[in-house]
This record gives sequence, structure tokens and C-alpha cells, in this order.
Amino acid sequence: MTVKTGPVHKGVSRLPDRALLLLAALVYLFLYAPIAVLIAFSFNSSRSTQVWTGFSTQWYGELLRDQSVLDAFETSMIVGVTATAISTVIGTLAALALSRHRFRGQTVADSAIYAATVMPEIVVGVSLLVFFVAAGFALGVTTIIIAHVAFTISFVTIVVRARLSGMDRSLEEAAQDLGATPVETFLRVTLPLILPGVMAGALLAFTLSFDDFVITFFVSGVGSSTLPLKIYSMIKFGVSPVINALSTVILLVTVVLIFGGSKIFMRKEDA
Amino acid sequence: MERTYTRRSFLKAVGAAGVAGSTLSILACQPNTTPQQGGGGGGGSEEKQLNLYNWSDYVAESTIPSFEEKTGIKVTQDFYSSNEELLAKLQAGGTGYDVIVPSDYMVSIMIKSDVLQPLDMDKIPNFENIGENFRGLPYDPDNEYSVPYQWGTTGLLYNRAEIGEIDSWDAAWDPQFDGKIAMLNDVRETLGAALYKLGYSVNSTDPDELAEAEAELKKQKPLLRGYFASTEVRPAVINGDLLIGHVYSGDAFLAVSENPDLDYIIPKPRATRWTDNMSIPKGAPHPDNAHKFINHILDAEVGAKLSNYTYYSTPNEAALPMIDEALKKIPTYSPPPEVFDRLEVIEDTGEATREYERIFTEVKSA
Amino acid sequence: MEGQRSGWSLRLAALLAPVTFWLGLFFVVPLLLILAYSFGTSGVYGGITLGFNPSNYLKVFDPLYLEIIVRTFVIAGINTLLCLALGYPLAYFIVFKGGGWRTALILMVMVPFWTSLLIRAYAWVVILSGNGLANKTLQFLGITDEPLNLIFTPQAVLMGMLYSYLPFMVLPLYAALEKFDVRLKEAANDLGANRWQTFWRVTFPISMPGVIAGSILVFIPSAGEFVIPDLLGGSQTVFTGNLIRNQFLQARDWAFGSALSVMLAVLLLGAILFYIRKVGTGKLEGV
Repeated sequence: MTVKTGPVHKGVSRLPDRALLLLAALVYLFLYAPIAVLIAFSFNSSRSTQVWTGFSTQWYGELLRDQSVLDAFETSMIVGVTATAISTVIGTLAALALSRHRFRGQTVADSAIYAATVMPEIVVGVSLLVFFVAAGFALGVTTIIIAHVAFTISFVTIVVRARLSGMDRSLEEAAQDLGATPVETFLRVTLPLILPGVMAGALLAFTLSFDDFVITFFVSGVGSSTLPLKIYSMIKFGVSPVINALSTVILLVTVVLIFGGSKIFMRKEDA
Repeated sequence: MERTYTRRSFLKAVGAAGVAGSTLSILACQPNTTPQQGGGGGGGSEEKQLNLYNWSDYVAESTIPSFEEKTGIKVTQDFYSSNEELLAKLQAGGTGYDVIVPSDYMVSIMIKSDVLQPLDMDKIPNFENIGENFRGLPYDPDNEYSVPYQWGTTGLLYNRAEIGEIDSWDAAWDPQFDGKIAMLNDVRETLGAALYKLGYSVNSTDPDELAEAEAELKKQKPLLRGYFASTEVRPAVINGDLLIGHVYSGDAFLAVSENPDLDYIIPKPRATRWTDNMSIPKGAPHPDNAHKFINHILDAEVGAKLSNYTYYSTPNEAALPMIDEALKKIPTYSPPPEVFDRLEVIEDTGEATREYERIFTEVKSA
Repeated sequence: MEGQRSGWSLRLAALLAPVTFWLGLFFVVPLLLILAYSFGTSGVYGGITLGFNPSNYLKVFDPLYLEIIVRTFVIAGINTLLCLALGYPLAYFIVFKGGGWRTALILMVMVPFWTSLLIRAYAWVVILSGNGLANKTLQFLGITDEPLNLIFTPQAVLMGMLYSYLPFMVLPLYAALEKFDVRLKEAANDLGANRWQTFWRVTFPISMPGVIAGSILVFIPSAGEFVIPDLLGGSQTVFTGNLIRNQFLQARDWAFGSALSVMLAVLLLGAILFYIRKVGTGKLEGV
């Protein structure tokens, strides 16, 4: 038995289905409206991201020459991928612990997870900086990663828990009955089952990390400027369309990877 | 079958994790940024590295490469987005930077909170290029800790074709421009504008004057589009969404050169002139190189290229002849003495700062 | 709950060790620092003298600040409801109508958020400005004659917050709905339930953990938001996030800023715990 849901156009014959499709389309339109504008302005002939003066591809050339933007992007990617990986692992383990065990101190543990999301960013940033300095940590990419993991773990945990809650355990129990060790059961049964939840958590963690500004500012060191640090610092003189150009490139690559990957994956399933 | 362990084994597990963690922290202590804090003085013993902490796009394309070529010192530039964040980071212990670029009032705050180190003017011979009007400003009367970088004014950018000539702050309070006025999201500038309008000083700490200014701002608020950054006001005035915008001079000059319908004035009776400066924070790893860099900026040609790029005014008299004609044409770029005398420098207000903040918060919440 | 183990075990300890270490060291310790600061006294130029000074907490009860806190919570609440209203149908659509494109569709929800919020906000300004796309479309469709004042209004701020936090609602909902066993729906249908009944009595309850998780993940950061009110609201509304930031930066009053943060954290934590107990299965672990 597999969960059978057909491709998008199937089952959209009735009114509620059509309404749902329309609503979904509108939400995507809402999400992508500013993206369309942003891409358009990457081709602006003047240095404005808000006043259109004409068509030009100069900003893409500028992007290739602007080392500070490229370096910032690279740093953001390194931080994002590393922090997401660590955070997803830790957060998933914590979610498993909290969802599947009843123990003394559970309320405290749960509250602690939520508590880690309620402090305002500036407070987290300043206090982490003071802590790092007092503990003798050198500021740099490592401290940024540490901070990013710290503030994304809870988000991963909460998302994965939503997946775990009320999940059917019969497959896992069957595997164990058949003699699989706990680790084997986890890797070959549990993990594939909760993978969408883990992926959702990882996605959230990466997104939070990639665009974080306040905390990153305080815990970053020399030469470890991330993209948001570079971009927010551009407010004083105006954000240049170079950023729009970079974003357009990122978007393009990502969309190609997503749809290409999906196509390949679906074809593999059919085969 | 599983055996149930006691809390003791949990603590053991945590302890093991703690040991692993401490190892991790010791490893993290390996400086992965620039190494040893140079112990001052001794010429030539510093490594060839300079860590610049600046606003984005505040150096011309050639500024850093020409320095690197001339001296062989590699420059790493990082970015901050406000004076206050810079201060908070320095105060919380964030070090590693050699040159920072704080604004005027922030220099005096930094001096008082002891995060700057004194400059050795012998190492900055190009200081003689700085014009008289820009030396010994109130926030650092003997240029002990700072050297001017760029300067400008804060005034009103407006659509002269639509509304005719204006000349004072009253225009920003004029009900006929309802919904088409914008002020800066900067407490000193905007509260300052109200103080100027009333004829007071931008550095007033008198409670009565401040109360009057607060009332003025509350009167103005319904007429406003909002409080913005200068670079956000600029496009709105250019495309006609706004008729009057409170901006910094650099943005004004950019706007005026893009749209000839626009004009920029330094409003009567008084207005602000601000100065960004270069300073060296305490604990800078390469103070010697820092001095070299500051000296490089103060070179006439470098200074001119800088200002031609940023569109802000230069305090460097020797650089003035090399400024672009398009900029020199604008009367407010180098204001004549009678206008210059109307300009005030923003100074730190000490204890009254919190009162300023409170007033601005109340106005915004109203 | 079924399948739950009771009591401490080595497995539990191993699962909890990493998060305990990381949050313990890099969250709790800094938090204690803030707690200490909140009882300190701020220097005029920043910095803090530690001590026991409860006056910072008393300052929080100033009507000006209380109003800001209340306003923030109200807006955060409205934002959460809006995100749920929009996010649930989207998550539902992706899970049940998405088929093999499900993963691609959920990723496409996130992709816009990998561009800086700043430039997306500037794009919204362009769209919503006097002669921007929104107004032009409205006029073209004949709905309005003159440009409406859309940007730099409280409505624009709410829209901006909805825009920023939608993924925080969609992702947990997706995670919760995705495990849904379609046989349950088919069973309900066989037993004579119509679509609505199936939804309210089978699907929605199962998705509850996702609703709760999503609500929390939207509400909390919304309460700390400070960028959107400035970028899309013309800085004309002050939220708690703006206030706290302001205290640490411009007012250089770290002690008061810390006290505000502690108060905010306590209020939010209380709100979450209350919410979960009320809406969840009555126990925290129900989520």
C-alpha cells in the first residue's frame, strides 16, 4: 500500500478542488510578486532598485567583479549548510526524545525548547558576543555557525515533533520484531518515514540562517561577513541592483535544481 | 531488553558531552581570523594586513586596490549598518578591527566609553590636506581620536517644479503637502528639525525646548508618509510619490542629477552638517597599518576619487579641485560661508539621549 | 500515549545530550547574562554595572511601553490567524493534490525566502506605491479611479508580516499532513461521510499538531518583529521588537532593554504553555 495521490490535474474536477487550486495559485502569486519585481530591477539601467530607468545587463557584470558580494555569499552558504546540518541532527534527536518518551523533567525540557525561540535577536546577539569574548572564543565563521545552530535547533525540533505526533508505529515495531537493532530500525524505517518532517525542519533552519542579520552581526569576526551583513549595510547609500542580480541567479539555479531533481526522481519512481 | 538507567547515567552522558564540548571550545579558540593582536609601536613588525570596518559602498573602486598596491598590505573589509550597532559590538568586546568609520556624535560617545585609541598624527602627514572648517570639531577638538572622512548636510529634497521654491523647515509642516512629506528615521535629525524650526539648537537638553519640539513632531505626524532612511526617501521623491523629503546631501545630489525638477535646500534658520570620521578602536591588531590607511585616504587624489564615487562632500581641501564638475556645480555641495555658518554639528547629549529616544518613541506611537 | 517509553534510559539521555549541551551552553548561559543585566544599571554611554536594581522592571509598566507590548501581541495574533487561513489550504493542496511534485511545491514556497527580506520589501514598495502595479491594476479593472494609499500603512505592515511568516506556518502543517494515511479518508467516505465531514472530523484533528506548531512558530517571531514595521510601515508603528532594539542601540540602556526582553520572554512562554494546554491534548507532549 502506498499513499496514492495523482498528479496535480487529477481530481480537480469538482468545485472545492478548483477553489483549492485557485487559492494555492493565488498564494504562490502573492509569494512571487515581489520576486518578479526584484528580477526586473536586476536589469535596471540606473543604480536604483525602486525607480526604473531602462534596460541593462550591467549589474550582472558588476556582480562578477564585486568580490565583497561574492565572498559574502560564499560565507553565507558555508554557514547555512553547516549550521543546518548540525541543527537538523540535534533537533531531530531532541524531537524523538520528547515525542516518544515520558519522563520526569519533560515539562522543563519542552519549555526550554520553546524558550529558545522567544528571546529577541538583539538580546541573543549581544549576550552571545559577551559570552564568546568572556570564554575566549575567537570571532569568526565558527562563532556564527555556533550561534545559528543555537537559534535554529528549536525550530527543527518543533517541526519534526509535528510530524512525529500520532505517527503510526507499526512499521517500526514490525522491524524490531524481525530482529533489527534500534539503530537499524531508525536508519531504515523511522528516518524514511519522518523524512518529510526532517526536511521541512531543515528547510526552515536554512532559511532562518541564510537571511539572519542581527545575531550574525554581533558574533561575526573579521573577514566573516555574510550576505545579510553586506546587504543591510547598503541601506545607508542604497542597495544596488547587484544584489538583485545575485538573487536572480540564486533563484534561477535553485528552481532548475528543484524541478530537474523532481523530474529525475519521478522518472526513477516510475521505472 | 532495555535496562532503565538512573538520573546518574544521564548526568554521565551530559558530562561526556560536556567534555566533548570543552574540547570543541578549545579548538574553536584557535584564531581563525587574523592572528595576534599586534603589541603597538615597533615599526615593521606588524603583518601586512588591515581590517577595515566600514559602511557598504563607502570606498571607491580604486581606494583599496591603490592602497594594497602602494603598501603591499592586504585589506579585509567588513560591514556594519549603523553607528549604534558598531558601538554595541565594540562595547560587548567585539575586536579585530583596525579602522572604523563612526559619525561625529558617535566619536564623542566612543571616546567617553573608552573604545578608541589615540591617533599618532606624526604618522598621518596628509592631515594637512584637511580644510580648516573640518579640523577640531566639537566632538574631538584636538583630533586626538578621529580624522574626517566625508561630510555632508541634512536638508530638504523637494519637487521644485510642483511646489515652487521653499526655504525653511516650515515647508515640512505645511498641510497643503499632506501625505507627501517624509522625515528621517533618525531621532537626532528629526527631533533636530523640530528644534531648528523653533529656533533652538539641535543639541538642546532643555526640557521645555524638548517638550515644544515633541509637540511640533506630533503636529507633523499626520501629514507624514512616515520616517525613513535617506536612501528610501530619494526614489520616492524622484518618482513623485513624495513632494518633500528629509534627506542627506549625498542622496539629494544623486536625485537632483537624475531629475532636474528636483532641488535641495539647506533650510532656514539652521540645519545639520554631519561628518563621518576614521578612528582606530582599542585593541586593533595592526595600528601601524591603520595609520597608513588613514593617511592614504587623506591623499588629495584618493580623497577626490572617493567623493566622486560617494557623491558626498569632501573635507579634503586639496582634493576639491579634482571633484567632478557636475558635483561642484551644485551650490549646496560646497556651501558659501553665509550658508555654512547656519550649519550646526550634532553633539552627544549625554543623559538627555534617553529622553530624546523616549520622545521619538512616543511620537511614533501616537 | 501509545508507544511511549516511560522513565529515563540511556537512549533518552543520548537523544537529549546534544541539544542539552548546545542550548545549555549557547542559550542558557547568555540568557543568565541578560537576566543579570536586567537587574543592573546602565551607564550613560552604554555598558552596565551589575547589581540589584529592580527599577528596570518597574519602567516596563509605563503606559507608553505597555501600549506597545499590547499592540504587538494583538498584531502577532492577527498575523497568526491570517497565516493559518492562508497557509492551511496551501499545505493541504501541496500534500493531497501535489502528487509527485509535492517536494518541488514545498520547496518553491521557501525559495523566495532565500533572497534578502530587504530587497523583497523594497519590491513591495514598488508594487504598492502610488503609480505601482497594484494601483495600476485596480484602476485598469475599474475598481478605483485614483491611486490608493497602500504602502506605509498599518495594513501594509500586516500584509508584510503575513508575507514573512507564511512559511513558518506552511512547513509544520506540511510535516503534519504529510503523514496522513489516505485510507482513513477512504474509510470515512465509505462510511458515508461527505467531504466536509471527512475534513473536520478526520483530517483536521490529525493535522492539529501542525496547526499548533505553526501557530507557535508564527506568533513568537511576530512578537519580536522589527524590520517590517520600518520598511513597509514608514516606521510609524512601534512594536516591542523596535522598542527593545532601540534600548540596546540608540538609548544605550542595556539594563532596561534586558528587562523588557525578559518580560517579553515570560509573557510569550506563558502564552505558549497556555495555548498548548488549551488547544492541544491537554498535555505538552501531545504536540
